[in-house]
Amino acid sequence: MPQTPDFSSAWTDNALYFRFAGSWTVDAARALQDRVDTLIAEARGAAQAVFDLGDIERLDTSGAFLIDRTRQDLNGRGIATRLERVRPEFQILLTEARYRTFPELPEARKNLGFEIAADVGESLVTTGRDLFNATSFLGEVVTTLGRTLLTPSRFRIASVIFHFEHFAFRSLPIIALINFLVGGIVAQRGIYLLQRFGAPTYAIDLVGVLTLRELGVLLTSIMIAGRSGSAITAEIGAMKMREEIDALHVMGLQPIEVLVVPRLIALVLALPALTIAANTAALFGGMLVAWGYGGITPENFLTHLQNAVDTSDFWVGIIKAPFMALVIGLIAATEGFNVSGSAESLGRQVTASVVKSIFMVIVVDGFFSIFFSSIRF
Amino acid sequence: MSTAPLHDPQIDAATPLAIKVRDLTVAFGDKVILDGLDLDVRKGEVLGFVGGSGMGKSVLTRTILGLNAKQRGTIEVFGADLDTLDFKARKRLERRFGVMFQMGALFSGLTVKQNVQVPLREHLRLTGRLADELAMLKIELVGLQPDAADKYPAELSGGMIKRAALARALALDPELVFLDEPTSGLDPIGAAEFDELIATLQKTLGLTVFMVTHDLDSLYAACDRVAALADGKVIAAGPISTMLASDHPWLRNYFHGKRARQADAAARPQLRAAPPVR
Repeated sequence: MPQTPDFSSAWTDNALYFRFAGSWTVDAARALQDRVDTLIAEARGAAQAVFDLGDIERLDTSGAFLIDRTRQDLNGRGIATRLERVRPEFQILLTEARYRTFPELPEARKNLGFEIAADVGESLVTTGRDLFNATSFLGEVVTTLGRTLLTPSRFRIASVIFHFEHFAFRSLPIIALINFLVGGIVAQRGIYLLQRFGAPTYAIDLVGVLTLRELGVLLTSIMIAGRSGSAITAEIGAMKMREEIDALHVMGLQPIEVLVVPRLIALVLALPALTIAANTAALFGGMLVAWGYGGITPENFLTHLQNAVDTSDFWVGIIKAPFMALVIGLIAATEGFNVSGSAESLGRQVTASVVKSIFMVIVVDGFFSIFFSSIRF
Repeated sequence: MSTAPLHDPQIDAATPLAIKVRDLTVAFGDKVILDGLDLDVRKGEVLGFVGGSGMGKSVLTRTILGLNAKQRGTIEVFGADLDTLDFKARKRLERRFGVMFQMGALFSGLTVKQNVQVPLREHLRLTGRLADELAMLKIELVGLQPDAADKYPAELSGGMIKRAALARALALDPELVFLDEPTSGLDPIGAAEFDELIATLQKTLGLTVFMVTHDLDSLYAACDRVAALADGKVIAAGPISTMLASDHPWLRNYFHGKRARQADAAARPQLRAAPPVR
């Protein structure tokens, strides 16, 4: 174990003699600080102080820095100082790690009211800029998309298929599972409540309409926002951090065409497909619960379901899916491009991407509800 | 010898070893990277470690640091076998290391000053004025401007990142410093200053430096000994004269190539008078 730093003091003639001992290294930084403070207190009133460094066992830059700081501190108080028995290697250290004042950085200390006002203003401006950026990004994506569709040779079919596999096939199990469970839960609640009115079979209407119109597409979109939206943001963000986006630019490639368009197309194709799977799983879940809990046989369930739902119910859900995909994809890509240099900002943007896209998915769903009820679809 | 000895000249075969690697084998799947490698790093010396790209220089460094698993062999650091140390002893030993990664590996969410303060804060619970001053001292020591202290790594140039990474590696005044290509990406003046800094620190602090480098100037200016890696083994180790005398084809190419002759000429003023070869 390293020895603690220490010193002893003695008066000789008119000078205060400090004999340093032990190891003055950063390991004992707190003790160092403490010893140095004691030394300065002891030296008060002396006219001359001598630092004898001959007995120091180990010295490093931190120790040398503190010794030099102390010396200059004493000088500043009008106490002359002198070093004695300094080994040559210590001399170099004392020179290299000499004490110097570092320029004080202007401290930003404002009053609270001012800071709150500034924060509010800043977030307002940021929101405005966000909106502006999102719009310009949408425009850029639409033009690129248009150009890609007009020149099929630029269409990256391999990339689209690759992302489709990740977005659709790999999320199929989890999406089927949650929808299966939710379908079952809705059926159970419905049967339980409607039994009081003697009409448990109407739970089938509930499951059918709710799933096809709202739940299937909503749950799928939220799951995809969390699963694929975050992945898109993280991928693009990490590429941005490592200047890979810049590399694409200077190679004459458009990052939007290479990175965003294939993902967006894959998402737009994947979400309706997943919604159909989600609907099926939810209805299946409802059917099983109706059978086990409500005693409604699958034949009865299916016959009743056929009467209860219309093809329009199915279409209402499916029509929404590509728009949800667009919202998720655009938000995820925008947030990805907003990542700056730090790992922290990557985390922040991924969070923002997921939160914003889930929020927007629900808002868009609300608009669609209003739209469909006003056209009585 | 070719260089003016800046360092302690008393390092010889009798000096105790800082790192002792014996029969080290590291393989990834079927691909054997290091095959029965032996290496000695003596206390207080600067060892330059050379080898072609992809030969496993970084793998060796990472294995010594415990970041890679090894298949066979022993690694002793300061006389302690890394495999037999318990967790606490191992952490205590690692406190004596300073590591500078090739890409800097600075924490991107912290400023340069905060990066340097991480070891001070975590290991010594040091905060406040002294921590600030020590961090600033290290930042100045490595030749960064004080205004770089409050910048984030993303705002730094490549050379500044190297220096900031060195400042962080030196934060606790380590005894053993690993440098992975410290001068790559520095301008020649910066690289020369860097070599000088390493030499000064080594002289004053008794630092042991394990330096992976491609910079021939560094090998001449800062290194006491050079070890060369090829085919998973250390093919030669010794002062640069041994390297120059070796007739291993890779070493001949390395030390007698065009760039090498220029570095050699720069290091040996008497050669400047001679007419240029070819």
